[in-house]
Amino acid sequence: MVNLIVIFMAIVLVNNFVLSQFLGICSFLGVSNKMSSSVGMGGAVVFVMVIAELVTWPVMQILNRFDLAYLQTVVFILVIAALVQFVEMFMKRYLPALQKALGIFLPLITTNCAILGATINAISYGYSYLQSVVYAFGAGVGYMVAMVLFAGIREEKLNNMDGIPAPFQGVGIILVAASIMALSFMGFTGMFQ
Amino acid sequence: MEKKSKLAILTNGIIKENPVLVLLLGTCPFLATSSSLINALGMGLSATAVLICSNIVISLLRKVIPDKVRIPCYIVVIAGFVTLVQFVLQAYAPEINKALGVFIPLIVVNCIILGRAEAFANKNTVIDSAIDGIGMGLGFTLALAFMGAIREFFGTGCLLGITIIPNFSIGFFNLPPGGFFVFGVLIAVMQAATKGRALKAKGFSCGLCPMYNSCNTAEANEEVAEEKAAKEAGKAGAAEAV
Repeated sequence: MVNLIVIFMAIVLVNNFVLSQFLGICSFLGVSNKMSSSVGMGGAVVFVMVIAELVTWPVMQILNRFDLAYLQTVVFILVIAALVQFVEMFMKRYLPALQKALGIFLPLITTNCAILGATINAISYGYSYLQSVVYAFGAGVGYMVAMVLFAGIREEKLNNMDGIPAPFQGVGIILVAASIMALSFMGFTGMFQ
Repeated sequence: MEKKSKLAILTNGIIKENPVLVLLLGTCPFLATSSSLINALGMGLSATAVLICSNIVISLLRKVIPDKVRIPCYIVVIAGFVTLVQFVLQAYAPEINKALGVFIPLIVVNCIILGRAEAFANKNTVIDSAIDGIGMGLGFTLALAFMGAIREFFGTGCLLGITIIPNFSIGFFNLPPGGFFVFGVLIAVMQAATKGRALKAKGFSCGLCPMYNSCNTAEANEEVAEEKAAKEAGKAGAAEAV
């Protein structure tokens, strides 16, 4: 139990997916301009990440069983792509409220490197089934935390670019702001070993 | 589409439409693997190899692949080549393979490669697509190597592991925040030097992502559905009032 809590907290705070491992940067910078869409995207990532982990871990055991571990990349991306499609259809039919909240973001997620990254990492760390699922959940929550905090900063401080030197306006200052936020997250280093 | 000369296709990817610095694509590997020059080169060349091969194969198959399932087909082709590159690295450069870690398999979802397949290879001849792959790959590699050199030099005082200034190191540049910072400053310098004309992308938006169209239709469908629901609710309300 302690082990699971450590895995969860470490991936949310210390090895945050976005801010210290650089996974899912495109969507992090692209969607964080509005608070409402960051929450939606974050929720969709948590949801798909956990489901993807639930499926890919047993798939990996099958691949290992037949000595086909080198097919990991090909099989995982296909499983994730098919899964996202399936989840979308399932949600449309049975969970329309959830589909309304997360639906727009689901197609984006197939090519989100955070999902594939989490599933591959969990395998290479040699986690058990339960540990991998907790890891994936934590990775998704970490992504959501970083995204929502950054959306807050952008809505409050970066909507109006008037006082910022011209070359930094737009992309430049957003990256510098992300750098400062990553720096603040480094304060958690060494908290969980 | 007007016919471009081979040289124009080649330089297009390196300068005019540099995938990272002008189009802001592939930012994840760009930030993650640029902490040292050797990693940057390893990543850049691996991605280039995959890009050239996938461009050639997708261009060859462009008349065979049905339009509706083209994205999954591209992903399978790209994933195949990524696996090959992984084998080569494991065999001949195990240290680089270890340093790049998860980012080698993640070349599969690199938006530059999928983007070129969608925007160029499925519309052009095999030779043009191969040249486009070389140009785009070199553009990515050069940008990555440049950033890797800056971060390695300021972070450790070395270049390619050879000490340039002894006892000089600013650890910040090697760490993740340094990646964001150097990238931000690099873009600002580029903007200042070209008076703001260099950057094609106005900001980070989904518009440049190869998946944008499918998302966009999803969003449009959503809006239509909402309008319909609103109308029906209105009708029901009116009926009740009557």
